[in-house]
Amino acid sequence: MLFTVLLGFIVAILPAFLRKVVKTRWLVLLAIVPSLIFIYYLFQLPAIASGSVLKQSTDWVPSLGVNLSLRLDGLSLLFTLLISGIGIGIFVYAYEYLKKHRYIDRFFTYLLLFMSAMLGLVLSDNLLLLFIFWELTSLSSFFLIGFNNESEGSRKSALISFTTTGMGGFFLLAAFVLIGDIAGTYNLSELIDQGNIYYEHPYYPLIIAFFLLGAFTKSAQFPFHFWLPGAMKAPTPVSAYLHSATMVKAGIFLIARFTPILGGQTMWTAPLLIVGGFTMLYAVVNSLYRTDLKSILAYSTISALGVLTFLLGVGTKTGFIAAIAFIIAHALYKASLFLVTGIIDLKLGTRDISVLGGLGKTIPIVAFSAVLAALSSAGLPGSFGFISKDLIYEATLGSTIFQPESTGHYLLIGLAVLTNIGLVIAGFLAGIRPFTGTPSTKIKLPSKIYINYKLWVPPFILATISFVLGMLPHLPSHKIVDPAVTSIHNSITSADLALWHGWSVVLALSLVTLAAGSALYFMIKPSHDKEQYFAKWQVASPQNIFAGITDVFKTMSMSITNFMHNGFLRSYTFKIILFAEILFVYLLWQDGPIYIDYSQLSSISIYEVITIIILCGALLLLLLSKSRLTAVVATSVVGYTICLIFVFYSAPDLAMTQFSIDTLTVVLFVFVLFKLPPFLSFKNLKTRVRDSIIAIGFGVIISLITLKVMQQPFSSEIKDFYANYAYTLAKGKNVVNVILVDFRGMDTMFEIVVLSIAGLGVYSLLKLRLKSSEKE
Amino acid sequence: MELVLVVLIGILYATGIFLILRRSMVKLLLGIALLGNGTNILIFLLGNIVKGSPPIIGENVNILREIYADPVPQALILTAIVISFGLTAFAIVLLHRVYAFLDSDDLDDLNTPDEDI
Repeated sequence: MLFTVLLGFIVAILPAFLRKVVKTRWLVLLAIVPSLIFIYYLFQLPAIASGSVLKQSTDWVPSLGVNLSLRLDGLSLLFTLLISGIGIGIFVYAYEYLKKHRYIDRFFTYLLLFMSAMLGLVLSDNLLLLFIFWELTSLSSFFLIGFNNESEGSRKSALISFTTTGMGGFFLLAAFVLIGDIAGTYNLSELIDQGNIYYEHPYYPLIIAFFLLGAFTKSAQFPFHFWLPGAMKAPTPVSAYLHSATMVKAGIFLIARFTPILGGQTMWTAPLLIVGGFTMLYAVVNSLYRTDLKSILAYSTISALGVLTFLLGVGTKTGFIAAIAFIIAHALYKASLFLVTGIIDLKLGTRDISVLGGLGKTIPIVAFSAVLAALSSAGLPGSFGFISKDLIYEATLGSTIFQPESTGHYLLIGLAVLTNIGLVIAGFLAGIRPFTGTPSTKIKLPSKIYINYKLWVPPFILATISFVLGMLPHLPSHKIVDPAVTSIHNSITSADLALWHGWSVVLALSLVTLAAGSALYFMIKPSHDKEQYFAKWQVASPQNIFAGITDVFKTMSMSITNFMHNGFLRSYTFKIILFAEILFVYLLWQDGPIYIDYSQLSSISIYEVITIIILCGALLLLLLSKSRLTAVVATSVVGYTICLIFVFYSAPDLAMTQFSIDTLTVVLFVFVLFKLPPFLSFKNLKTRVRDSIIAIGFGVIISLITLKVMQQPFSSEIKDFYANYAYTLAKGKNVVNVILVDFRGMDTMFEIVVLSIAGLGVYSLLKLRLKSSEKE
Repeated sequence: MELVLVVLIGILYATGIFLILRRSMVKLLLGIALLGNGTNILIFLLGNIVKGSPPIIGENVNILREIYADPVPQALILTAIVISFGLTAFAIVLLHRVYAFLDSDDLDDLNTPDEDI
């Protein structure tokens, strides 16, 4: 099981190394990867159907509780089959679709990466592992949407989808950490066994909010739906695979997966019902006035995702059965509709349904798949769509959140009927409109179009499966739907999908939907005028609001960067010092008053006063001088007076060192810098005053800190140690020297190393002659 | 005397900071040197200053007794002086180099030298 996840990752690396081979027709062999995975999971069917759960675990980071543990139950199996099964078709199709593209090798790397990540996501038995795969799907989706990286629209859409899903990912991680913290484990199987132990915890609302934010962003629920239409910038096989059949269902998968853990409470079902219900109607209305085939499909996909969220929110067993059936039905018909759209786009160069028409005669085989898919989406009796639509109505009728026959109950049913009518129309618009009627005079249709079998076979098979499953509903019923529902509902389920349920309200609703949808389909004529009319309403759409927020963030960070990082050293120094001052003042203020013990102070003599006066005079000269030489000399005077202070206070070694170093510095300064221009002086009084205040403030603070430190009791332990052992251990009379060359001899050696390096630097910089070209 | 030194440290720091905030590179360098001096005195002061009794053991004794200056801060300062000389020397030469390139010791001229060369 682990191997099936890793296989894709391993193969994904290959195209990078085998560029030459990859760009030949052998690339289509990559479809073997999903095929193998599909066959593997097909063989797992009987075991899972009998109710067992397969687990496999390998240590990864055991100290963090992150293990490569996988769990295959009914729900995972359904998704693995969808991912690998549709994957086969997509791989074959994508090869033909993109074979002339120069980055086709990259494309398959991303696609394999996505497939493996998605498999990992649905199989993970560890929350953190699940999160990693979750982010990997977002990442691969980013690369695939931005695949046509020359186009600005693609890049922008890729960024939007990545930020949206990435933001959701953060919330999801927060929810996972909260769950793991409360439950004490990150293991999904254990969490499922524990059940909902959170509903009385004070963080329960927070967990649900974070969790649903993660799931809703991924599954494009209102108000985060806007990234999905943008994601249609990706090559069509990607749209079919990621943005309709698999990745966007990850959020649905997650909600289903966590229903036994977090669900069963109104706080859980209510947001699902509200958001799902609103999204499904909002999106389907949005799909009806579009002229771009892919936009229609994108919005109807969002609507379908809304339906799924809604069904999970209904929370009854029928609701879960309906959700699972609809996942299968939708994946089949929507993927084939997308693939058909891709063929039209590839061969005719347009996806505009206001100009397309009459293609049924030119490409009959494609038209056949499209019509099959559209009929399945409309829920024609005999298709799997019909069964799933029946179940949707059954679940809505049986929902327990409102009293039967109350207004709320009727509202839900009305919502479901309206949405489904809209979905019928959208399906017909995408699957039937381009193939019937007469084409607009704006485009010229070739009389005969050759379609490679790699292009038409995948949608054909997918659409056919829709009808095979629809005619023989007991096939998926026990093997796939039952175990999947069991893993959501935690009870043995027998869905008993059937083609004929007898005369009932549900059947009536289904037929009404089909009839109303078909009738309305003939009345709706999408045109660019209508589209533009509706576009006016988009000003207040979530997408614009999010874009506005992003812009605010951008300008904000830009202005902060410009302020903090403006490229002027003195500005940085100024900010750092100001910040340090604020910190120090706060600490000093916190620390209480300062006492000075006058009895401990030593007296002051006339020599010292004179020395200090000279020092202050030198500093003043340094500040006022306009000549560099004077300034350097003044600095050295400061050094010499300090040297005198060392002499007064029993530090002969320091005095010696300071004296020689000062002299050396002056000599070096004069030798090297005597030919520099006069001092720069900018007579900006305001800046000078500001800097003086900051500087004097810092000086005062340092003085206060010094007083504070002197207040501390003095410990003479170290001092006594050296006094006692300088001669007895190290045989030296000068204690300072002994410390430097004996007790701390190693430090001194490194100091010498540092000095030598500095010396080498000085030497080489002085010796290095500028080439004339380097001189400005 | 301690109080005078405390004030002196403050003055040295203030002057140093003021110089660092100037545009001239030479002033920047001098400012850093002053900060170094101020810090040295600060460390010196922390060891309780004593007049006229350096930490040197007399002719006929093996151990320092009575009152003597603290040798630890002195050893630290000695190291600091030498290292800061290394720094200053290197910075001076670097400054020279920059001047050779740009004919200026204005820090602001360093901002976008790549475009000019």
